[in-house]
Amino acid sequence: MALLRHTTGEIKERSALTVNPAKTCQPVGAMYAALGVKGCFPHSHGSQGCCAYHRSALTRHYKEPVVAGTSSFTEGSSVFGGQSNLITAIDNIFTLYDPAVIAIHTTCLSETIGDDLRQISQKAIDDGKVPDGKHIIYASTPSYVGTHVTGYANMVKGILKGFVKKTGTPNGKLNIIPGFCEPSDMAEMRRLASMMGIDITMVPDTNGVLNGPLTGHYEMYPNAGATPAEIATMGDSIATIGLGRWATTEAVNYLDSEFKVPGKVLPLPIGLKATDAFVDMMRRLTGKDVPDSINFERGQVVDILSDYSQYFYGKKVAMAGDPDQLLALVEFCITLGMIPAYTVTGTPGKYFEERMTELLKDVPYDCKFKCGGEADMFLLHQWVKNDPVDLLIGNTYMKYIARDEDIPLIRHGFPILDRVGHQYFPTVGYSGAMRLMEKFLEALLNRLDRDAPETRFELQL
Amino acid sequence: MSTKPTNVEEIKKELIAKMPTKVARKRAKSILPGTEMGEPIPEIQSNVRTIPGIITQRGCTYAGCKGVVLGPSRDIVNLTHGPIGCGFYSWLTRRNQTEAGPDGENFIPYSFSTDMTEHDIVFGGEKKLRAAIQEAYDTFHPKAISIFSTCPVGLIGDDIHAVARTMQEELGITIFANSCEGYKGVSQSAGHHIANNQIMKHVIGTDDTTPIEGKFKVNMLGEYNIGGDAFEIERILEKCGFTLVATFSGNSTVQDFRVAHNADLNTVMCHRSLNYVAEMMETKFGIPWIKVNFIGAEASAKSLRRMAAYFEDQELIDRVEAVIAEELVAVNKVVDEIKPRTEGKTAMLFVGGSRAHHYQELFKELGMKILGAGYEFAHRDDYEGRHVLPSIKVDADSRNIEELEILPDPERFKPRKTEAQMAKLNEQGVDFKGYEGMIEGMGKEAMVIDDINHYETEKLLEIYKPDIFCAGIKEKYIVQKMGIPLKQLHNYDMGGPYAGFNGAINWYRDIDRMVNTKVWNLIKAPWQSTGPELEATYVA
Repeated sequence: MALLRHTTGEIKERSALTVNPAKTCQPVGAMYAALGVKGCFPHSHGSQGCCAYHRSALTRHYKEPVVAGTSSFTEGSSVFGGQSNLITAIDNIFTLYDPAVIAIHTTCLSETIGDDLRQISQKAIDDGKVPDGKHIIYASTPSYVGTHVTGYANMVKGILKGFVKKTGTPNGKLNIIPGFCEPSDMAEMRRLASMMGIDITMVPDTNGVLNGPLTGHYEMYPNAGATPAEIATMGDSIATIGLGRWATTEAVNYLDSEFKVPGKVLPLPIGLKATDAFVDMMRRLTGKDVPDSINFERGQVVDILSDYSQYFYGKKVAMAGDPDQLLALVEFCITLGMIPAYTVTGTPGKYFEERMTELLKDVPYDCKFKCGGEADMFLLHQWVKNDPVDLLIGNTYMKYIARDEDIPLIRHGFPILDRVGHQYFPTVGYSGAMRLMEKFLEALLNRLDRDAPETRFELQL
Repeated sequence: MSTKPTNVEEIKKELIAKMPTKVARKRAKSILPGTEMGEPIPEIQSNVRTIPGIITQRGCTYAGCKGVVLGPSRDIVNLTHGPIGCGFYSWLTRRNQTEAGPDGENFIPYSFSTDMTEHDIVFGGEKKLRAAIQEAYDTFHPKAISIFSTCPVGLIGDDIHAVARTMQEELGITIFANSCEGYKGVSQSAGHHIANNQIMKHVIGTDDTTPIEGKFKVNMLGEYNIGGDAFEIERILEKCGFTLVATFSGNSTVQDFRVAHNADLNTVMCHRSLNYVAEMMETKFGIPWIKVNFIGAEASAKSLRRMAAYFEDQELIDRVEAVIAEELVAVNKVVDEIKPRTEGKTAMLFVGGSRAHHYQELFKELGMKILGAGYEFAHRDDYEGRHVLPSIKVDADSRNIEELEILPDPERFKPRKTEAQMAKLNEQGVDFKGYEGMIEGMGKEAMVIDDINHYETEKLLEIYKPDIFCAGIKEKYIVQKMGIPLKQLHNYDMGGPYAGFNGAINWYRDIDRMVNTKVWNLIKAPWQSTGPELEATYVA
């Protein structure tokens, strides 16, 4: 029997019920972004469950310690406001856990009752609850608006608002705002910039925070992440590159409008073309040449692509995830000659539809895609039931569809609960493109081997 | 082996020394030493508000209601009314296993949500909820739909119960709602109580026509089939000759709940999460309840004996003895093999609202010592025993949870035993409505801590350096970064079952692996060793 035995191919219009969502809520994204600041303690202003759920989700995905505080609302705080809980929390956190920064985000509860984080934070400062040299930053992240991607974007902007200053002295650096991606992806973006000899400030930067070593000592604040002092200088940078429209536009625009640091928002650099765009933009903004070492890696990607395109060509893919990830993956799949037959994201946004239409215009297939409410994995599964695909790409929850429909799954996105690797190995950049091709090929050929009759069980490509 | 500190009072002082005065004063009341068997048990502060900013293990009322109690019922469409997060996070994360059978219904792998957006928060979500119920009905044709409210729903005042009533009339299936907003109460515990009330009001005992065959009919309360625990318990009960009418709520169906009043004995595993149903069913239908524990081979045997004694049937008693004897052969063989490697090792458990007690049995069977334990969301009776119930002060947060007025059912109340029989059985150790709590017999050297926080956890680990620590996913990697293995007792790290006899064997093997693995010796590279450097190298 099937795991998702109640899912049939009969598609009924839904307007109110979401089943197996391809998204989650804002605060988890905010918590993740805050962890990319060195010495930062994320704090969830609401009832306990939110914080417990978000810590659990991040811990399960990264398999690393994730600590965060909660204002622990009870019914009283919900009626009378959460100010006193938050001020108590701030006092307790600085006393017991001694962070450099507390990054507070709201929940649907504190948003609905209208708690004003700016006012409460100011009161905490006025009451002497914030030790000298320590900081409070905040972001409004109501769960009923947008998704975890929005929460990430809002907290990144909150981080910048909390620290960035302009001294008027250019620092010669490039700002990079990575989208909602893995620590390994952030490390890879940094590596590419460094290969070009570009000095960057990356915010947030979770590399080393959520893929740290085992040393026998627990460090609540690992020696990684963007430091407040570094972030402060971002107003003096040459320019900003944001990677991922949903996750970074807010931050890029903020630096542009407040500090006149020009910014560009590019797709997440997944696959050949998006990585090309990233590298080329770094070149244009800084005037640095692209070194041979990068051309070499790029050439390797093209080499693999040409060698193995026969296995990718015409293969149909169904995928669910975040729009920034999906748009780049869809483009890469098309580059490989694959058909992105079905794509859903729970994160809304008109641009998704526009861009998908543009990307798919020459794909010889009636590809379907949907975003926002009711664009869930249930719908994706129904599409696949009506017309099977060769490959699934998505988070761990897709493994149910994969098993029921007997289709290989490439785990990608958030959350990946049942595998490791994503924290350590990038999918962005040229090396990420190579890794993705390896994973795609492995999945497709393993399947071919499994199903091959004895006479066609091949030893070579 | 280094000597472990044994003076609990000294360690307690160290735990709270750095805390702000008010916090320290409050926490001091939730930390105390265990007691020797038979000694008076001191009062522990529990089920009180979490201190903001303290990094708690706790979750919320919704988590207790939807995530713990009602979530594992497999043929009910559990619909979260709220923004997407709550529904998403409670989607399959507790490893409640199900076996729906060839024709059965199983909604466990699904997450249903009304996915409220700003518009619904501003204009109210009742319309969307109604539409979502209709769509769930049209698409899935379930026998029952249960609705769970999240924080903002309570604030904007959606009347989910009215929606449930109307839709039940329209669709003709069971539909009921739980006002389990996350902010109600001080922990998951409030949500358990709310779920208990709603299944009692709307489901339990609503089918009097379906006959339930079986001589020794029991219900299993507070067992959620994590890692297949309920499957193992079912196997054993069947082997012994008991008829399991309903499990609340591991691998359960709405029909099981409807006929649960046919059982002649309620057995309670997780006291905290289901004691309310046990009490209410006794009052309403006359079904006595006993506390059982199927975690640990000896504990399982003891529980089975009490269950058999209750039915006063020699054939059953003999069969239970035969099953125990047969099952213990394999168990003892593994204990004999493993115990030499685990004897004398130490453990701490800070988890749940019964598990920190139950799992002590398994450690004891391996000759391991418990240095400390505590619950995440328990009440005083879980620590001190049910006899303290009359002395528990009901505070404002608990008062917000509805207390159902339950009376004996005029037609269906049927005492299972006479008062004299009950008294006699009590004397023989069947111990109705009895639970002695966790503290008794833990010993003075052990620490008992309610609602432990991160700061205290870190301090304790530094002081005691136990060989293994049991908690949940949020604590797991923190503890392991310190070089101490952590066993998750909420979801078992993909392991289990740990209940019953086969479960005990699984546990012994897992703990042996965890406390004897070589991995923790690999943390230091050869060049990081503190030993003397080699002064010279021989070159041939």
